[in-house]
Amino acid sequence: MPSIIYIEHDGTEHAVEVPIGHSVMLGAVENNIPGIDADCGGECACATCHVFVDPAWLALCGTPGEQESSMLSFAATAAPNSRLSCQIPVTEALDGLIVRMPEAQH
Amino acid sequence: MSALASTHHAELAATTPLEELDVSDPALYRDDVWQPYFARLRREAPVHHCRNGMFGPYWSISTYKEIVQAELLHKVLSSESALGGISIRDRPADLRLPMFIAMDPPRHDEQRRAVQPIVAPANLAKLEHLIRERACRILDELPRNETFNWVDKVSVELTVQMLATLFDFPQEERRKLSYWSDCATALPMPGGIIETEEQREAVFAEMLASFMGLWNARVNAEPGNDLISMLAHAPATRHMSPREFMGNLVLLIVGGNDTTRNSITGGVLFLNQNPEEYAKLRANPALVESMVPEIIRYQTPIAHMRRTAIADVEFAGHTIREGDKVVMWYISGNRDEAAIEQPDRFIIDRKRPRQHLSFGFGIHRCVGNRLAELQLTILWQEILKRFDRIEVVGPEKRVHSTFIHGITELPVRIPA
Repeated sequence: MPSIIYIEHDGTEHAVEVPIGHSVMLGAVENNIPGIDADCGGECACATCHVFVDPAWLALCGTPGEQESSMLSFAATAAPNSRLSCQIPVTEALDGLIVRMPEAQH
Repeated sequence: MSALASTHHAELAATTPLEELDVSDPALYRDDVWQPYFARLRREAPVHHCRNGMFGPYWSISTYKEIVQAELLHKVLSSESALGGISIRDRPADLRLPMFIAMDPPRHDEQRRAVQPIVAPANLAKLEHLIRERACRILDELPRNETFNWVDKVSVELTVQMLATLFDFPQEERRKLSYWSDCATALPMPGGIIETEEQREAVFAEMLASFMGLWNARVNAEPGNDLISMLAHAPATRHMSPREFMGNLVLLIVGGNDTTRNSITGGVLFLNQNPEEYAKLRANPALVESMVPEIIRYQTPIAHMRRTAIADVEFAGHTIREGDKVVMWYISGNRDEAAIEQPDRFIIDRKRPRQHLSFGFGIHRCVGNRLAELQLTILWQEILKRFDRIEVVGPEKRVHSTFIHGITELPVRIPA
């Protein structure tokens, strides 16, 4: 099972195994990792599972769609490597993926 | 509601022919009897067409999942004010106000981004201290052993002080803000705060004049940290027409005022209706954190948002035609048993309490959600430090509105 590394805003690291096909968001929620709220439950309808993807992994995560880009544009602290983690499906190629959480979800 | 009224409405909800069910009557919300009607819609017709509604024909979407799906269809389900905007009741065509919540992309996105910095994490952190100081002062001045209206003394007072700060509006005139907010959302009727649309226009003109002075001062000064300065300096909003400025003021005043106000009141009411939850909270004040989103879900301060179809669209097995009015009932989706466990119960330590529809979803999701939660959180933390109990001592009085789900009077008493 691929291992995903979630780093909270205060630097706390969580490495957990997430099944292939789950989203990066779901991996955090199912493991009770703080910092990802996922209010809409993975519908790309809020921006509360916002993460910064480690630049080395960015290309492997694909590019955000139109709806995701819209939602991200309203996030408080968006950056070029921002993604909504509900829109990143976990694959074998993402084993070792590092994502960092923003100061707050909005 | 009385047991008799409750039985009567349960019967009516069960026996009215489905196609005649009309949930747009504001009396259903004033009398707090909307529940069985939506229970039936969710069960039998989650997407329902009402031909003869009080405000004309409309589609109702009443289940959680379908509401989220509708929120994502902003390309065909428009919020545009000229088409009717975001509320079930159409204002006369020449009086419709442009404001960013009632715009579609790209204008919506550009204008919304102009005010978004007000709720950035760093700004919220700055406001936290101020909110606590004010909450403490308001609570410390409350009478003991005496009946008073919680809405006026606490809910309105705290939210209106906050709103004056966000606008950098003179604090001594802050009650004008709640007056304008009430006028903006009132259903015109004889004896009401607003009797005619013309009267409302006159109040809006007075509001605009009052803010025009602030605008003129700020547009010529360095960019500041308040909403007026943000609007006056952002490229997307600095050349707004006076009418657009008026519309956005109404939006920010209502959005920053009515909603949090009614959640503050709702919390006191719900804890009184659920004494075991109140006991749980007193025993463990840390539960404030999960109670706050639960209050916001259970109250659902905005009962619905409306859209207008700008093309034919297939939705959950129905064909919604271009021009049709579509109403997403947050108040119903928040009681959908398919999405939320025991949705009719107020449970302050439920799992995943932030999964609710009260802030809406998609591109129009509430800008001020975190600020609303912050105000409620601080207020409840300070209440628990001071008062063992706030007792509701009489029936609440509710707003006569299909849009604002609110409470105007809640008589309470705090034992000495």
